[in-house]
Amino acid sequence: MLARVASLGLLGLEGYPVQVEVDVSNGLPAFDLVGLPSTAVRESRERVRSAIRNAGFDFPLQRITVNLAPADLRKEGPAYDLPIALGILAATEQIPLNKLEDAFWAGELSLDGQIRGISGVLAMAFRVKNESKRAGRSLSFITPLENAEEAALIADIQVYGVKHLSEVVAGLRGDQELSRISSSLSDIVPLARKSRMARLDFNQVKGQQSTKRALEVAAAGGHNLLLMGPPGAGKTMLVRRFPTILPSLTFDECLDITRIYSVAGFLPRGQAVITERPFRTPHHTCSAVTLVGGGRDPRPGEVSLAHRGVLFMDELLEFNRGSLEALRQPLEDGQITVSRLNNTFTFPCRFVLIGSMNPCPCGFLGDGERECVCTPPQIKRYRQRLSGPLLDRFDLHVEVPRLNFDELEAGIKGESSETIQARVEEARNRQRKRLQDCGIMSNAEMNGTELEQFCNLQVEGRHLLQSAFEKLGLSVRAYHRILRVARTIADLAGSSQIQIDHLAEAIQYRVLDRNQWD
Amino acid sequence: MDKKAYWIGLHQVPGLGPKRFQLLLDRFKHPKEVWHARESHLAEVMGKNSSVFKNLLECRQSLDLTAVCTELERRGVTVLTLEDPAYPSSLRNIYDPPPVLYVLGSLEEVDSLALAMVGSRRATPYGKAVAERLAGQLAQKGFTIVSGLARGIDTAGHRGALKAKGRTVAVLGCGVDIVYPRENKHLFEQITNNGAVISEFPLGSPPIPLNFPARNRIISGLSLGVVVVEAAENGGALITTDFALEQGRDVFAVPGPITSQYSRGTNNLIKEGARLVQGVEDIIEEYLSRFPTLLGNTPQQVSWQSLEGLGEGNHRVSSKIEDTALNSEEKILLQLISLEPISIENLIAESGLTPSRVNSILMILEMKGLVNQLPGRCYIRQEKIIKGKGFTRRRFGIS
Repeated sequence: MLARVASLGLLGLEGYPVQVEVDVSNGLPAFDLVGLPSTAVRESRERVRSAIRNAGFDFPLQRITVNLAPADLRKEGPAYDLPIALGILAATEQIPLNKLEDAFWAGELSLDGQIRGISGVLAMAFRVKNESKRAGRSLSFITPLENAEEAALIADIQVYGVKHLSEVVAGLRGDQELSRISSSLSDIVPLARKSRMARLDFNQVKGQQSTKRALEVAAAGGHNLLLMGPPGAGKTMLVRRFPTILPSLTFDECLDITRIYSVAGFLPRGQAVITERPFRTPHHTCSAVTLVGGGRDPRPGEVSLAHRGVLFMDELLEFNRGSLEALRQPLEDGQITVSRLNNTFTFPCRFVLIGSMNPCPCGFLGDGERECVCTPPQIKRYRQRLSGPLLDRFDLHVEVPRLNFDELEAGIKGESSETIQARVEEARNRQRKRLQDCGIMSNAEMNGTELEQFCNLQVEGRHLLQSAFEKLGLSVRAYHRILRVARTIADLAGSSQIQIDHLAEAIQYRVLDRNQWD
Repeated sequence: MDKKAYWIGLHQVPGLGPKRFQLLLDRFKHPKEVWHARESHLAEVMGKNSSVFKNLLECRQSLDLTAVCTELERRGVTVLTLEDPAYPSSLRNIYDPPPVLYVLGSLEEVDSLALAMVGSRRATPYGKAVAERLAGQLAQKGFTIVSGLARGIDTAGHRGALKAKGRTVAVLGCGVDIVYPRENKHLFEQITNNGAVISEFPLGSPPIPLNFPARNRIISGLSLGVVVVEAAENGGALITTDFALEQGRDVFAVPGPITSQYSRGTNNLIKEGARLVQGVEDIIEEYLSRFPTLLGNTPQQVSWQSLEGLGEGNHRVSSKIEDTALNSEEKILLQLISLEPISIENLIAESGLTPSRVNSILMILEMKGLVNQLPGRCYIRQEKIIKGKGFTRRRFGIS
């Protein structure tokens, strides 16, 4: 007899429907699985056989053929365990066939019939929602109980959470109701930004006023930032607090991030949704694939895991050149496309990149206490490891001086993250309002046309910029960056026009564009 | 063939130093004669078995003098020999003057009024600022600043003179076709246009350590006196002062903090009797009797802008940022900045202004040419030249 069970597979961040067809016929006992199953899927035969037996049902000693359609896409992961088991039970008439309709099933089985959590449920739920729309009726999605809350983030579908095969069978036989899960969305968002955020705050950092200001500007405009300073200056300490001044996540942004983490299998246990901006710190030995994503069955890389958050690359120059150059395209496009023979995968990656580096090979150039032993050509060579095009992607470069004891003592304690965040939010609101017709959210995303439209300078400003180029030997590429950052500084100040002060401050943040040897 | 070619040829013989060169000249009168002399005659002067003798014979055989001259011409290098009237007379009179000088740019009559500015290659911001300031002021007085194009004080000295639109001469320890250190390429070009880059080493000679002490004797030899700005104990700059004393030149030293290792050398010089320099007057005083024209270029004509003079509305009305008067916040910050580097952190704390204000004011001050940013976000004062009406540049031969 033939049974059909609907399930879902994952292609990158997208779910797609998979039809699990189970045929049980007479013949020598066998259990065949076709439809491009990967190893994990092929092994599901063993789990399914044991789970059915141990849950107290009959496993047929007949010829079983399972087909996963569409047959030309590779199937990954253990999520097909549950639909295969149900297919076998239905084909052997242990559960009624018609009950399986209008529902999608996904879940991993343990040998005793328990149903374990899987990854990518949110992406699947999105697909179920689309399918419901197409079918014109509300479809249900049955997931492991562990993931049910995550799936229930999507409105308009019915989500059921199950934790044992026998519970499912009882539900299908009509002996008991499956438990319907609904997430209380309103609880989730306000609850965001506590936990880690609660422990880190900018008011814990003494001094470093100028660097804090640069971080504020970067947060306000979504600008990429490069910090340069001697070891022990506090670069990492400051950057760890950067997410605390970024604007709070909206619900849609939470879903965006959760979907990526869900597919990558990085959702923390017992947490249905990511409510904090991600903060990723890949180590400098990581490969280009780890950084931007890829692999045989492409998975999101660090850039996508940092989507809507921060990618912090400590010791930027120690990353190998290939990894660094691979960053260029995703930084520009806000997404990364990985092509494979039979498919392309697109992962979003809009993040703020923060890099840190030493000013010279020995690390102590400009340090008050220790003397730098590098020659100018050595320093030049060291900095050239950062290619021009990549340097171009940083709107701000800032020196972080190491403070001596006196300066730390004299250091002003500074504002709390909350105060700064309020200013950042306000600046972002101004940007959103101004840029809404252009389809972008922040100043960092402005291109040439938009810069011309929104960043026109008055005469004094143009003169200042001109003398800055002459006197500091700024490179031409600095021009657009300066305008963009000046726009953000004006937004922070609540000014609709870029004033000369805003421009002057923006020029300060181009330290690596200065011609320092002349 | 030009007679000079023989000078050049003979000068390129490895191991033939100024002293032996002189010996040969005494015997044969002119390099041409040396070049064509019989082996036996040469052997009389140089000794049959000396390596220099063999080198000379080989060079006479292998060296294509015409090619060497063409190459020099192609590169625009002027060659001055001891018999040239244009050869600097002060240099001619030292113990071992270089028989041949390769010159890029031009050495002029006015360059006889020259002072050397030397010091450590690893100078502190204070040292560099002082060197630049003194060199600029001296250049405006009509002095040509002689130095060695090295990093640190040398670079600051050349730069100061150039900024003041004065003349400066760089003496190299390698061929004039080699820019060393490389980062001074731009400076090198500026100097050839506003003075001269000279060397006693033939084209293509690499900057080997051995060359530099020899180079130093030319620096002091070309100058009336040597101003040492910062020098470590036993630093290379002190070799120049030794030569200066040997050659009967004056030695000036700029004092520094007793805690700084880069002022040990200069402070020692003062202890030993070098003239202490606190300002350009201390140097000029020494030469006023000999060069009364120095009085002509008085500071009334060329003044260094002082803090008090700023923002008094003595500027043209213009939208250019450089020309606008200072506002009160700018003055507050400027008052905190001296020749001692101060960090932005301290500036924020002491001025009581917000970081964003401090950032933008500093940039504007930098644009106005009043402060300079150093690595590590430190700031230092920079003086600004205002030209008076009576100042003419014709005297320096610049069009």
